[in-house]
Amino acid sequence: MSVLIVLVIVSVIVAGGFLIAFIWSVKKGQYDDDYAPSVRILFDDTVSTENKNPKK
Amino acid sequence: MQLEQSTLTTKVAEPPVTGKRETFYYDNAIVRNFSYATIIWGVVGMLGGLWAALQLLFPNVLNVGPWFNFGRLRPLHTNAVIFAFVGNGIFMGYYYSIQRLLKSRMWSDKLSRIHFWGWQLIIVAAAITLPLGYTTGKEYAELEWPIDIAITVIWLVFGWNMFATILKRRERHLYVAVWFYIATFVTVAVLHVVNSIEIPAGFWKSYPVYAGVQDALVQWWYGHNAVAFFLTTPYLGLMYYFLPKAANRPVYSYKLSIIHFWALIFLYIWAGPHHLLYTALPNWAQSLGIVFSFMLIFPSWGGMINGLLTLRGAWDKVRDDVILKFMVVAVTAYGMATFEGPMLSLKSINALSHFTDWTVAHVHVGGLGWNGMLTFGILYWIIPKIFRTELFSKKLANLHFWLGTLGILFWAIPMYWAGFMQTSMWKQFTPSGQLKYQFLDTVTFMKPFYAVRGFGGTLFLLGAIIMMYNLFKTVAKAKIVANEQAEAPALEKVYHKHKGEHWHRWIERKPAPLLIASLIVILIGGAVEMIPTFMIKSNIPTIAAVKPYTPLELQGRDLYVREGCYVCHSQMIRPFRHETERYGEYSKAGEFVYDHPFQWGSKRTGPDLAREGAGNNRKSNAWHFNHLDDPQSISTGSVMPAYSFLIDNALDTSTTAGKIRVMQKLGVPYPAGYDKIANQDLVKQANEIAEDLKKNSVSVKSDKEVIAIIAYLQRLGTDITKNKMTAENK
Repeated sequence: MSVLIVLVIVSVIVAGGFLIAFIWSVKKGQYDDDYAPSVRILFDDTVSTENKNPKK
Repeated sequence: MQLEQSTLTTKVAEPPVTGKRETFYYDNAIVRNFSYATIIWGVVGMLGGLWAALQLLFPNVLNVGPWFNFGRLRPLHTNAVIFAFVGNGIFMGYYYSIQRLLKSRMWSDKLSRIHFWGWQLIIVAAAITLPLGYTTGKEYAELEWPIDIAITVIWLVFGWNMFATILKRRERHLYVAVWFYIATFVTVAVLHVVNSIEIPAGFWKSYPVYAGVQDALVQWWYGHNAVAFFLTTPYLGLMYYFLPKAANRPVYSYKLSIIHFWALIFLYIWAGPHHLLYTALPNWAQSLGIVFSFMLIFPSWGGMINGLLTLRGAWDKVRDDVILKFMVVAVTAYGMATFEGPMLSLKSINALSHFTDWTVAHVHVGGLGWNGMLTFGILYWIIPKIFRTELFSKKLANLHFWLGTLGILFWAIPMYWAGFMQTSMWKQFTPSGQLKYQFLDTVTFMKPFYAVRGFGGTLFLLGAIIMMYNLFKTVAKAKIVANEQAEAPALEKVYHKHKGEHWHRWIERKPAPLLIASLIVILIGGAVEMIPTFMIKSNIPTIAAVKPYTPLELQGRDLYVREGCYVCHSQMIRPFRHETERYGEYSKAGEFVYDHPFQWGSKRTGPDLAREGAGNNRKSNAWHFNHLDDPQSISTGSVMPAYSFLIDNALDTSTTAGKIRVMQKLGVPYPAGYDKIANQDLVKQANEIAEDLKKNSVSVKSDKEVIAIIAYLQRLGTDITKNKMTAENK
């Protein structure tokens, strides 16, 4: 059952990667505000609804 | 103390918004492209599903062999709905939401286009190769190695574009949906690569480096996580964006969504072994899978509750807004499927549900309900938005909603019922201790249930076609806003380099995504390098009587894989009395060491074949010949397609030498130089079978495919019965 070792190693590396990402996100203050982001996404940044297909 | 300090510093570090206001444009054209692809492939995939479902009712009419026999059509259906319908649905919602969440256009339009066209090309390649019988024989990973490589490349293009966009974002906070997308990208990349490590034996044929029980474990580690990270996490990301948007209110608890995300991804990756309960997989691995599967109920239900409670105090909106209706049904289906999942992972329940239509019902609650209904809701929301118009007909959308919802009910209820009846009938003994039902009895018993299921599927498909018409009419009178203008302040650089800073400051400044990206590259490289060598050494037989397949049997086995026999026939006898009575001695791990790929299957539409050639199950060569030619003539009421084309097709023996060489590379102990003489043995064995058939008044040339598949079927399960003394299970 040596493939178990492979899978455990791969899974631990993936989980470890996520752990690093988690620690990074907490340290960088991603979760300091646990309310405003949910409201912020409701606002559109589009300039005006009358935009007629402008070119980039 | 330390905690206080860190919160303090981050508070101070949070900059006031002082960046220069910038104007930029969202790319809506890519969203439109993916949405069209979603609709078209969705209808195609569902049509394939309906066709396959009806084949079980009218096997002689609807099996159009060889290309569209059930065994080839069912993988086409699953691949189409998972990777084409849901896949394009993911990318549609992803391209719309991530640009807005990051307040940035995609980093590269070119990469977006390559991603789109590459993905469609992969789908077309799948739609051509699967009916032609080019398959690896591993469920949901059937595509052959050239397509596997294409998938890897296109997936990396998608990820590259995503991380580059994250790096140039104008919004420092990564909304929870973005995290779901990141996890999806990372994990699917790793799963796909690890499960697809195979050695080619020709341009459209390969063998996985893993064999038997090891292959089974890798496959279901992949298989379950395909459900987790392809059908679930990206759709949760979409739910967290589009549900609040459609309801125009923030998600019930943002905090809960963050907990939902991190808990879910840490738990999901370990759940795979619950697909292999009571099999030859070591017990401790099964238990590990059960524990993590059960724990999954907590984050899953956290997410489901979070979605539904977003609508608290706004249920009046749901009454009027068809988009919200779709989303409510989707989230409810997510809740039901993720409640049922952990339950089905429990050994006692799994003993009942496994191999039956129960599992099929379970996945369709998730597939039709969660993925299907959420996709429909998002389509109805996005299309009018990017075309800046109104939906053509709300009435038709409502009709679609009811057809879809009723379709799911008519689909799932009879199949749950069928599954439960099936398992009960399999287990039934007479008072004198005989099995009460022949397998065929359970097959014919299922037919009314299959009919109702077909009706449910028809309703669901009809709804999707109505949506196609509705959205077509919507876009016909409007013009797309291909580049939508937006304004947002640039992100101020918070971290200023100062003199004499330590080298690790540089690394700390780089965001985690970069780290993860490099991790994937390392993993892919490492896996491809290490795993094959590792695996070959480990495939040591533990049962002395188990011998490699003869060349003819090997060719026959490849035909078995080509025709997708594993779709309906398992090769795994579990240690239950009713199974050992019906099929013979339970399966041992050591019996499968030369099986590249494993063919344990996951569903018994037909009986188990693990000991088809052994003991009481053994049938004559003539029986197999006639049964393959016309199954209904032997078993009245059988739903098996006819395989008469195997009698007409000549076996391609030019591949034998190459296949033997690959097998040797994989550690199968054929003698050195055997590849050169293998065909002599093949012809000899084929002639013997043809002779025997002739004696039983069946006249067929020995060079036909049917001879090879008979040889393989007669070999199944015979090894350990040859010499009882060595049949010790390690």
